Amino acid sequence: MAMPQRLPIIVFALLMAAIPFIPGMPPFWIVLLDNIGLSALVAMGLVLLTGVGGLTSFGQAAFCGFGAYTTAVLTTAWGMSPWLTLPLSLVVSGVAAVALGLVTVRLSGHYLPLGTIAWGIGLFYLFSKLEFLGRNDGISSIPPLAIGSLRMVDPGTIYFAIWIAVLVAALLTMNLLDSRTGRAIRALRRGHIAAEAFGVQTPRAKLLVFIYAAVLAGLSGWLYAHFERAVNPTPFGAQAGIEYLFIAVVGGAGYVWGGVLGAAIVVILKEILQSYLPYLFHGEGQLETIVFGILLVGLLQLAPTGVWPWLMSRLPIKPRRNRPDTSLALPARPRTAASRGVLLHVDKARKQFGGVIAVNNVSFDVQAREIVALIGPNGAGKSTTFNLITGVLTKSGGTISVLGRNIDNAPPQQVVKLGIARTFQHVKLVPDMSVLENVAIGAHLRGRAGAISSMLRIDRADEAKLLAEAARQIERVGLAAQIDQLAGSLSLGQQRIVEIARALCVDPMLLLLDEPAAGLRHMEKQQLASLLRQLRDGGMSVLLVEHDMGFVMDLADRIVVLDFGTKIAEGTPDAITTNPDVIKAYLGAVS
Amino acid sequence: MLFLVQDGITNGAIYALLGLALVLVFAVTRVILIPQGEFVTYGALTYASLSAGHVPGTARLAVAMGLVAFGLDLFAGRRSLHWRLVARAVAVDIMLPAAILAGTVWLAGHHGAVAFNIALSLLIVAAIGLFLYRIAFQPIAHTSVLVLLIASVGCHLAMQGFGLVFFGAEGQRGPPLSDTAFSVGPLRFTGQSIAVYLITVALIVGLWLFFGYTLTGKALRATAVNRLGARLVGIRTTLSGQLAFLMAAVIGAISGILIVPITTLYYDTGFLIGLKGFIAAIIGGLVSYPLTAVAALVVGTVEAFSSFYASNFKEVIVFTLILPVLVLRSLAAPAVEEEKD
Repeated sequence: MAMPQRLPIIVFALLMAAIPFIPGMPPFWIVLLDNIGLSALVAMGLVLLTGVGGLTSFGQAAFCGFGAYTTAVLTTAWGMSPWLTLPLSLVVSGVAAVALGLVTVRLSGHYLPLGTIAWGIGLFYLFSKLEFLGRNDGISSIPPLAIGSLRMVDPGTIYFAIWIAVLVAALLTMNLLDSRTGRAIRALRRGHIAAEAFGVQTPRAKLLVFIYAAVLAGLSGWLYAHFERAVNPTPFGAQAGIEYLFIAVVGGAGYVWGGVLGAAIVVILKEILQSYLPYLFHGEGQLETIVFGILLVGLLQLAPTGVWPWLMSRLPIKPRRNRPDTSLALPARPRTAASRGVLLHVDKARKQFGGVIAVNNVSFDVQAREIVALIGPNGAGKSTTFNLITGVLTKSGGTISVLGRNIDNAPPQQVVKLGIARTFQHVKLVPDMSVLENVAIGAHLRGRAGAISSMLRIDRADEAKLLAEAARQIERVGLAAQIDQLAGSLSLGQQRIVEIARALCVDPMLLLLDEPAAGLRHMEKQQLASLLRQLRDGGMSVLLVEHDMGFVMDLADRIVVLDFGTKIAEGTPDAITTNPDVIKAYLGAVS
Repeated sequence: MLFLVQDGITNGAIYALLGLALVLVFAVTRVILIPQGEFVTYGALTYASLSAGHVPGTARLAVAMGLVAFGLDLFAGRRSLHWRLVARAVAVDIMLPAAILAGTVWLAGHHGAVAFNIALSLLIVAAIGLFLYRIAFQPIAHTSVLVLLIASVGCHLAMQGFGLVFFGAEGQRGPPLSDTAFSVGPLRFTGQSIAVYLITVALIVGLWLFFGYTLTGKALRATAVNRLGARLVGIRTTLSGQLAFLMAAVIGAISGILIVPITTLYYDTGFLIGLKGFIAAIIGGLVSYPLTAVAALVVGTVEAFSSFYASNFKEVIVFTLILPVLVLRSLAAPAVEEEKD
């Protein structure tokens, strides 16, 4: 079943395996391919870190340094076998990544790349000043890799070690991305609020990709040390760190194979420039960096997303997608039975932003099996109230309790565990993920497979159930025809419905919908209303913010009206329509 | 001890200038300007070459970049070629660098005064800065910070390569702005270090006035906050970007001219100096000018002390200085959502 998807990789692997046996293959080309493989490993980590996770790092070369120096010291000074130092190299890179990651991954936006430049350079100077690392001269006469009597001394034999590492890393990375953990990672780049609302521990996910990228870089460093049989600080400096990021961006930062392609482009380009430019320009120095820099700027102007996606969009074949088997079912979330009584109790909730009181001592209840609408003019504090309930914002005062339990400033990941799922006023989907994958994020907490089992593909039973649940919810909201489309290609109204499907994947007892009907056509609104009624009759409660009065009056059991952060009325739709305060708030004072 | 502080403040003042330029460019264009260091070396070495009576290659580079910019301007405006557009392109992209080159060639034969050399160096680097934005960044101004950053790295590599071609691998020094020197207690002040302090303070105050009180300054800030919004109210965002780069280039060149009499500069020295400016800029959060200036003084002082007490680990200390700052920033990081891409 999975064969057609893996076919290109198998062809690629066979092709790479055949290359050294081509008669008359110049050894120089094999060295070039070795270098491409070494760079590709680091770039692949960066693809995951930067292209997918949105964390830009200039410091990957330093992690190569950790891997390379670890094995260099242990094999030369302690006489250990290179195979024994492999896990140690990876561990050292990983531990360094934890230490640096704890500091850096929480940084937002542009602090992160700048921070990584800084510690990248700091570590480079550390490598070149420490006595036991040989200062600027580094460490030489590192033993080669050996299996029995086969010593991988020449570039043609270590070639296999390098490219096996590249292929295995690529497979593991692709497996990781196509899993529960992978979806959480892919959601990071678009901001953390949506992912956290479905239970993703975003700092942990960021740290995970940071460590993963560092370990790949460490692996590359370990291979490099036994390939060159010597290490010195130069290849682990800032320039190298910058170059790895290039490779990822040129190849296509969001694509695993983009890393490999980028490595090939950059390594070959540099080689060509270094060997041919001096002939053209009579050996004037440093011309290759000039041309290289200019070519890079030109390339970015032509294909800002990288070469790999540009190539793929020109291929006539499209990858086939497997339909999830909807007969598989996730166990329902354990819930405290509450067929009657108060589900959500908001008591004098208050939120102040500086001098502005966005929510002013608002109190209301949501009962079990009830649809409550929160209405009010723009700026009345409706979305802020939602954010207080779901833990996105911390409240300045008051209490919010669920089933009688106080959820005092619980983080979003805790709130969703209680069975409260939400949608957002401004749609927060991952536009370059399919509808199915986006909705499956909603079921994050109902799966348990971790990163390692995903990489090794022992998560498939768990994964199939998650996808089945997602597919069922998509069908339920009536978007089955769009299940494989990219979420970004849908109309805004449909994207809102996708958000509802994602929230339903939580198997919630309370659904918070922020303007679900905005952008929907009349028929679609009616379908949405009937879906919500059906959910209520099935035992779910709904709290919704909505501006379409026809929709609200028709649907809601009870309405709470806010104006300037204060509750001005509460009651049945009929009572609200005749309430003089509400009319005043909406239409202005009647003279 | 005191002389270390003094040394640190002199270095720190330069880092402050560079930090300010980086903040300026980032705020307006979202470009993290790695080639800022090249502006420093270009300014310094152009000044040194002029003082030695040579025609610096940077003047020719400015003409070449102007020609490319001219081509891009015509290509971008090909659908509505208006005589005013062409006239502007000719004036800015061709006449200006050509006039600068002519002035340089003429002056190189005459051993002109220091002031002329300085003015010419600034003009040359300013033109390069302007064209750099036009050529490398204007066509991709709408893309992500990451793509801009990589383009910025490409520019850094190309410019550093050009630097080697123009100025050679040898380090150079330039003549000081003034030869006066006096002592206060144990401290010795040279005219050069006084100039460093005065010009830094003047530039910081100038920038503050410019951004706080002039329409152009406010327009630049508006571009920084929201490109689309700025365009809708009639601010020409491409012009803002060009202006920001021009200012950054001039600030870089001034820093270079200020330090080249004190330290020997090589074609690749700028990168490290620029990075230390970065550290100051990061501490300042890439938005605050006063905080950046203070942070730069701290960076300079730490550098002076560590080069005295642990010179081997000077760079390690300076660059890891940022980690505690990052920790503080991450503890204080607000939980606001940022919309990326």
